[in-house]
Amino acid sequence: MSAKKESLFSKKNMKLIKDPLNDSNPISIQVLGICSALAITIMLENAFVMSMSVLFVLIMANVIVSVIRNMIPDKIRIIVQLVIVATLVITVDQILKAFVYEVSKQLSVFVGLIITNCIIMGRLEAFALGNKVGPSFLDAIGNAFGYTWILLVVGLIREVFGSGSLTMFGLEGLIPESWMIENGGFYEHNGLMLLSPIALFLVAGVIWVQRAKNRKLIEEN
Amino acid sequence: MKFLEKIVDKLEPNFEKGGKYEKWFPLFDGFATFLFTPKHTTKKGVHIRDAVDLKRTMNTVIIAMVPCLLFGIWNTGYQHYNALGLTEEFGVLDQILFGALKVIPVVIVSYVVGLGVEFGFCIAKGHPIEEGFLVSGMLIPLIVPADTPLWMVAVATIFSVVFVKEVFGGTGMNILNPALTARAFLFFAYPKQLSGDSAWVNMELPDGYSYAENGTVVLNELGQKVGQVDAIAGATQLSRFNASIGAMKDKAEELGEAVGANAQAFDAGLDKLAKKYELWESFVGVIPGSIGETSVIAILIGAGFLLHTGVGSLKIMLSGIFGAVFMTIIFNTAGLNPYMTVGPLEHLFAGGFMFGLVFMATDPVSAAQTEVGKVIYGFFIGLFCIMIRVFNPAYPEGMMLAILFMNVMAPLIDHYVIQNNIKQRLERLKLNTANH
Repeated sequence: MSAKKESLFSKKNMKLIKDPLNDSNPISIQVLGICSALAITIMLENAFVMSMSVLFVLIMANVIVSVIRNMIPDKIRIIVQLVIVATLVITVDQILKAFVYEVSKQLSVFVGLIITNCIIMGRLEAFALGNKVGPSFLDAIGNAFGYTWILLVVGLIREVFGSGSLTMFGLEGLIPESWMIENGGFYEHNGLMLLSPIALFLVAGVIWVQRAKNRKLIEEN
Repeated sequence: MKFLEKIVDKLEPNFEKGGKYEKWFPLFDGFATFLFTPKHTTKKGVHIRDAVDLKRTMNTVIIAMVPCLLFGIWNTGYQHYNALGLTEEFGVLDQILFGALKVIPVVIVSYVVGLGVEFGFCIAKGHPIEEGFLVSGMLIPLIVPADTPLWMVAVATIFSVVFVKEVFGGTGMNILNPALTARAFLFFAYPKQLSGDSAWVNMELPDGYSYAENGTVVLNELGQKVGQVDAIAGATQLSRFNASIGAMKDKAEELGEAVGANAQAFDAGLDKLAKKYELWESFVGVIPGSIGETSVIAILIGAGFLLHTGVGSLKIMLSGIFGAVFMTIIFNTAGLNPYMTVGPLEHLFAGGFMFGLVFMATDPVSAAQTEVGKVIYGFFIGLFCIMIRVFNPAYPEGMMLAILFMNVMAPLIDHYVIQNNIKQRLERLKLNTANH
């Protein structure tokens, strides 16, 4: 046995969790998984459920692939990964349908499309296939939360300004009715927030802030 | 002028390096060069300078927009009192006053917010103030309805300055026209305020007046009937065109599969179309619409000024008109629905076509740069504008989307024009060397 056995929570391993949250964020730095950030962030609740689904799928897939990484023949590894991810996604889809039917109806095909989420395939290919179970597990958590916080920020802004509610916390009508223009006030919900393109602007805003704070991230032309 | 110059000279040391207000130098510099010729000397590169620098160019465009602004101020008031049937009680002066009270706040908000954002970026980044917003700040008020809430104008202005100009590197780097982006933002974010028949004309009664008989009659303080509310006064020319398609569909549904249903439905659409404004009305501009876009006469004065000073591109304007006429003639020949029978002149004078073509399609930054490219660019703006108007009832005014779309396409057009030119020259070279 090797002399020093690395602890699961060593500094090197904690980096696996911390980095994806900021400096190698899957969405804002690696620009993966953008499609779902655009499609399902109209409401915070949808964004949260989506993030949790991705969290579950990514952790399970990373761990499973990491466990059997030495048994997978190199030539058919993508097929094996797809089978694993697809199984997990279908499980998640069924669970959502059983317990949060309304949300699963709104997420519609996008739950199924987790299969094609670049973050998952990316982590499986780049990390799980070459690392032990422990680090793979941490890597999955890190990346899933990196994905989650951006989805939550975008979802929060879009729901508050687009429909003036936060259904996740049971808050309806954050904007008093008397403020609305049709009741003689001045306010109007921002319809652009309900359209997908705005999510891109918001993600662009996140990217901008991140790079302004850490100038090392700015790519050279 | 001497007096002003003295003040500027006296203040200058405070803002220079090591001065008290060093941080605010961009702001000071911006104002000083706005008033006087910049004192900076060229450090490298070509030493030929034109008297007309960027600021002067911008000022020229603003002057060209003044007729539109003045006409818009009057027209806002006129449409308001006309819709209430009160033009006899409230004369031209009242109309101008009402319009000024509506329009000038929009202009102020647009400038204060837009320049504020620019100054903020300049101070944060420490580069001199860029004067690009001078024109956008005037364009934004002219392309929104007079009743747009001021905070919406502010939000749209911030959005367009930040995401269209500053992100790409400020003045001269934007790929889209900032003013049109602000309008697109408003259009998609607050559709109720920016489209529909109630957006264009203010129907608030003056003090002391009241409605009677289900809101169709206006009474004065003494309860006498003084005005008749014009129920359809709020509709713009374009929404009247558009209504013809709706009328045709309704009639067709009503008639079902009956024999001759199509012809009757078409006629119903034509009936609706007969309620549009007269051609001369939309030429003069006494129709509802965005503040500055209604009067073709005022726009033509501005266009003349732009062309005379060489700031605007005649190629873009002419090819734009040609594109629109070309598309209209195709539609007229097809004539599949009542909207398609609308003639070329009516299309040119309706909505924001002329305004967009003269003041926004010619924006030197976002337009095509090559001479051949300009012709292609203008042609497609006209063509797409008419196509969007007729085909897509959700967007009554196609000009905004047509210009934004072609803004995005402009670099592509330039690329192929240049590649083509290179190819031709290479071939000529080959031919010449072969002959020798």
